[in-house]
Amino acid sequence: MKKHSKHPTLNRFIGYSRGLKGFFLLAVLTTGASILFNFLTPQIIRITVDSVIGQEPFALPDYAMSLLESFGGREFLRKSLWVCGGAVLICTVAQGLCNLAARLLISHSTETYIKRLRDDIFRHIQHLPFSWHTHNRTGDIIQRCTSDMDVIRNFVANQLLEVIRIVTLIVTALFLMSQMHLGLTCVALVFIPIVACYSGFFFSRISKQFRFADEAEGDLMVNIQENLTGVRVVRAFGRERGELDKFDAQSQVLYDRWVNLGYTLGAYWGMGDLVTGIQVLTVILVGCWLAFNGQLTLGEFLAFVSYNRTLAFPLRRLGRILSDVSKTRVSAERLSEVLEAEEEHDAVTDTEPDMRGDIVFDRVSFAYDGETVLKDVSFEIPAGSTFGILGNTGSGKSTLCYLLDRLYDVESENGCITIGGVDIRTIRRNYLRQNVGLVLQEPFLFSKTIAENIAISRSDASMEDIRRSASIADVDESIMEFSKGYDTIVGERGVTLSGGQKQRVAIARTLMCGSPIMVFDDSLSAVDLTTDARIRDALRSGTDGATVILISHRINTLMDADRILVLDNGRAAEYGTHEELLALGGIYKRTYDLQSAAASGKEEA
Amino acid sequence: MSENINYAKGFRPKTWAKLFPFLKAYAGRLIFIMVLMSLTAIIDVIIPRFQSYAVDHFIVPGTLEGIKPFAIAYICAILFSSVCTILFSRQSMVVEMGLGRDMRRACFVHLQELSLTYFNQTAVGYILARVMSDTNRIAGLIAWSLEDIFWSLAYVTAAFVSMFSVNARLALIILAVVPPIAIVTGFFQGKILAANRHIRSVNSKMTGAYNEGITGAKTSKTLVIEDRISDEFSEITDELYRANYCSAKLNAVFIPIITFFSSTAVAFVLMQGGYMVMDQVIEFGTLSMFVSYALNILEPIRTTARVFSECISAQVNIERVSALLEHPCLIQDTPEVIEKYGDTFNPKRENWEPIKGHIEFKDVTFKYPDGDEYILEHFNLDIPAGTNVAIVGETGAGKSTLVNLACRFFEPTSGSILIDGVDYRQRSQLWLHSSLGYVLQSPQLFSGTVAENIRYSKPDATDEEVRAAAKMVSADVVAEKLEKGYDTDVGEGGDRLSTGEKQLISFARAILADPPIFVLDEATSSIDTETELLIQNAIQHILKGRTSFMIAHRLSTVRHADIILVVEDGRIIERGSHSELLELNGKYAELYKAMEIREKHQKMGGIALE
Repeated sequence: MKKHSKHPTLNRFIGYSRGLKGFFLLAVLTTGASILFNFLTPQIIRITVDSVIGQEPFALPDYAMSLLESFGGREFLRKSLWVCGGAVLICTVAQGLCNLAARLLISHSTETYIKRLRDDIFRHIQHLPFSWHTHNRTGDIIQRCTSDMDVIRNFVANQLLEVIRIVTLIVTALFLMSQMHLGLTCVALVFIPIVACYSGFFFSRISKQFRFADEAEGDLMVNIQENLTGVRVVRAFGRERGELDKFDAQSQVLYDRWVNLGYTLGAYWGMGDLVTGIQVLTVILVGCWLAFNGQLTLGEFLAFVSYNRTLAFPLRRLGRILSDVSKTRVSAERLSEVLEAEEEHDAVTDTEPDMRGDIVFDRVSFAYDGETVLKDVSFEIPAGSTFGILGNTGSGKSTLCYLLDRLYDVESENGCITIGGVDIRTIRRNYLRQNVGLVLQEPFLFSKTIAENIAISRSDASMEDIRRSASIADVDESIMEFSKGYDTIVGERGVTLSGGQKQRVAIARTLMCGSPIMVFDDSLSAVDLTTDARIRDALRSGTDGATVILISHRINTLMDADRILVLDNGRAAEYGTHEELLALGGIYKRTYDLQSAAASGKEEA
Repeated sequence: MSENINYAKGFRPKTWAKLFPFLKAYAGRLIFIMVLMSLTAIIDVIIPRFQSYAVDHFIVPGTLEGIKPFAIAYICAILFSSVCTILFSRQSMVVEMGLGRDMRRACFVHLQELSLTYFNQTAVGYILARVMSDTNRIAGLIAWSLEDIFWSLAYVTAAFVSMFSVNARLALIILAVVPPIAIVTGFFQGKILAANRHIRSVNSKMTGAYNEGITGAKTSKTLVIEDRISDEFSEITDELYRANYCSAKLNAVFIPIITFFSSTAVAFVLMQGGYMVMDQVIEFGTLSMFVSYALNILEPIRTTARVFSECISAQVNIERVSALLEHPCLIQDTPEVIEKYGDTFNPKRENWEPIKGHIEFKDVTFKYPDGDEYILEHFNLDIPAGTNVAIVGETGAGKSTLVNLACRFFEPTSGSILIDGVDYRQRSQLWLHSSLGYVLQSPQLFSGTVAENIRYSKPDATDEEVRAAAKMVSADVVAEKLEKGYDTDVGEGGDRLSTGEKQLISFARAILADPPIFVLDEATSSIDTETELLIQNAIQHILKGRTSFMIAHRLSTVRHADIILVVEDGRIIERGSHSELLELNGKYAELYKAMEIREKHQKMGGIALE
């Protein structure tokens, strides 16, 4: 995946926020309001202490003063201190309501935003071409979709608002403080760069150590997992002692790394306590001196100290947020790389022709990243016939089916594939794939019930249809043996099917499409010969008139086919019926002899 | 299984008592941490008094006299508190990691001794979660949260002592808001924890869906169901949205409520204290100190309530870990045996008798601990040293039972199994296991190089021995094909190799130890023709001159076995040599003939398949 500049990334991520900007703006406003109310409380306390209880003049705007006077001024308040207390409470309630609104707004907009992003990336991945899936490791993509997505979510949900909150907080606090005393504010400010510097320093260190410790945890996890899955091997070789020693060694590495991290954290926290403590002390000392010189009232002093304290915590957070921002940028870029990969596109001129014609490969060559797998292959499959392809691992037989299903496209100068005379590169992909039922070599079943898996391409299928397909694939009986029958859940969260059962369910699933062309890419490798033969018989009678292409390295699977193609190293080496190919005495004959020898020598003697 | 864990609410001291054995080693450190926390709490309580001292002694009287000792005392307090923080975080991390390590080790050791039934019934992911996440959670809670509680309690106590010593009336006002804050926090915290659990479970559902969507993308494409799968995914993200929003709602309501209570305290202190200042009962500094306490008391109360509800929910983790630790080992060596031969981790090899490989089942009756049907009843079988025993039957017919018994992965319910004439329960498990060669149906390798994997059965083997073993079973072909030969990393569980390659390496591993007894769980499906031939050759080599058990669902090599056992529905229905069984004309003969017919069909070109 190639790197891109930052701006398209940023624009892409902003693009997902359509219709949410209003909510977000409102969240920012309510947060701001809640901060303002938060700051009002110390002011009320200051006024109460200074001007109500004490004798200082009210330093209030005129309209507030006249309002106050109409109630009876200072004397009234001195008698009814509950008004001041009530004002504190009102402020709290107002602040609480703003806070509540802000949290709900931000949660709604963030979660909606992230949901859109998740849905979109999922849909996008589904529509990415086959080659993309082959080139990228599953684990890596999943990590991008989960861990990197979480980093972004965390940033949008917490950090973004936090940055706004902290900046507002600091600016407001500084403004109010500077109103009271500019010099003292400067004293308080001196510490900001110090805090920011050491926080940044520690955070980069801590996150490095954290990753390091995390790796040790991963290693230990793998170790335990292998010990558990290989428990029979461990027992059978009496290797418990060795396993325990290995475990102890890795466990100690984990311990050491975390304890080291603990030391760094301790230093960081201790440093934080020290710096903020000294800052508060400095402000108090300077404040005392200023008050002594008559530049600061008692109430101002109290309010100032209290604002100063609200500064300490957000400042410590700021260092952390700075290091998170860079993390978020990396994650956003990693996600962008996935999002920018190009999806498959059909040309507007693409058609949906009749698919019941002959299939013709005409001088087809194909290469993956410069590595040639098919060289000048030509053959013809008459509509409705059964066609076999034999070849060893790496002979290019799977590539043939990928090309026929347009999972990959043949370059225009490298020959062409036609169905009923129509070049498949001009057929709409989804239409083509619906009409070419391809059973992959390693079929994937979803974590659903067996019935849902079989009917996955046709949500309207009846139970009879499902069972009919399953019967053709010779898996109906095995399914009925499960206690929940067709409602048995398979895959990661359910029953593990054997390789043969999986292949047969996959065949049943493809049969449900009712495609006129069916391709079985080594889909019978894990079933025994008798079952293999039974399935092929059922296929012949159950798929009225469909063209069937069987691919295998097993002669038994192919020998009944009307025509057999032998692929060798990407070339069409031999072509004909079973008898013709045996008479030819080439690769087909050799493979046949080898397999019969293996069968008679080992299986039977 | 013992996993019916009681999720009932409430504090259960019995559960916590289970942690004592682990806590003992850290008692000193825990006490040290608690002392540190109390000191920190006291400093935290004292610091607002510095401020009120400054107000009363410098600002109100308008003097700077005595400010130097004041500043020095303040700095000392700050330094002291910083040092406490540094020490406390180090100690806490040591306790957390140490406790986690010890609990994990205890689990791991116990897992090495648990019977295989446990592993057959329990998913690896499930065990892994016990060993990693649950222990982590408990250790983290003990190391950090209990200290939080200690700090909070010390802070609250010290604060009230300080407040009551100055003015009881104002102190009472603040005390009055403690219970509502604690109750409200307790109430919400429970709900928030539950909501977060829900989020986590939906989240893991989503990760699963990603996993499936990406792993299955090729399949979705061939079936043209991309949109359908995406729509289903969208339903999960909808659920996740609701779960997250619900949790946000709880937080949004909870925080303003408790802030309101603490503000009430501030308001009342301001009112009452204000009158008191006017009546000259207290000084300005005292009022500011109380306002400060009223604002600060919120945090420790919240912490206490939060930690308490975390402790309640962590009881589940403790119960899960102790359920694992208390799971009984079904097969244990007697104390006398351990005395003589050593235990699993400290064997006394010098006392071990060499094994010749004569195995005798004597009047053995057996049922699986989790089954209720007797699989063997009064079963007798004599296997002289060097005999090849084959066990045939259909998939799932219970072919492994005899092997499990012979290897002492399970013990007979009654009767006995003699090895070289002695009941194997009079020897240690390790004694027998160290003499086994075992090749599984699905070969299991470990992370590491090819050589390390082969050497697994005999850690002190030289490179030459490793190579010789590999050569004997044609695994050298596999190793030489790899980029770094024997030093190639095979990946997690050997994932970088094909099944056939893994199988050949597992053969080499088994043969390196030169064991007198060999077990082969047949393994040749979906392997291409060439590899299959290699494996068949390897088997011939391995079986020569050893007592062996071969489990087979095909009849390959079975013919030459000295004894063939035919298993159906978990029972042995026929036994004898190939020719004896053919003569018997029972199940074996039937299976054999079926294969013969298939064989002929193949030869004739499959014409007679119908």
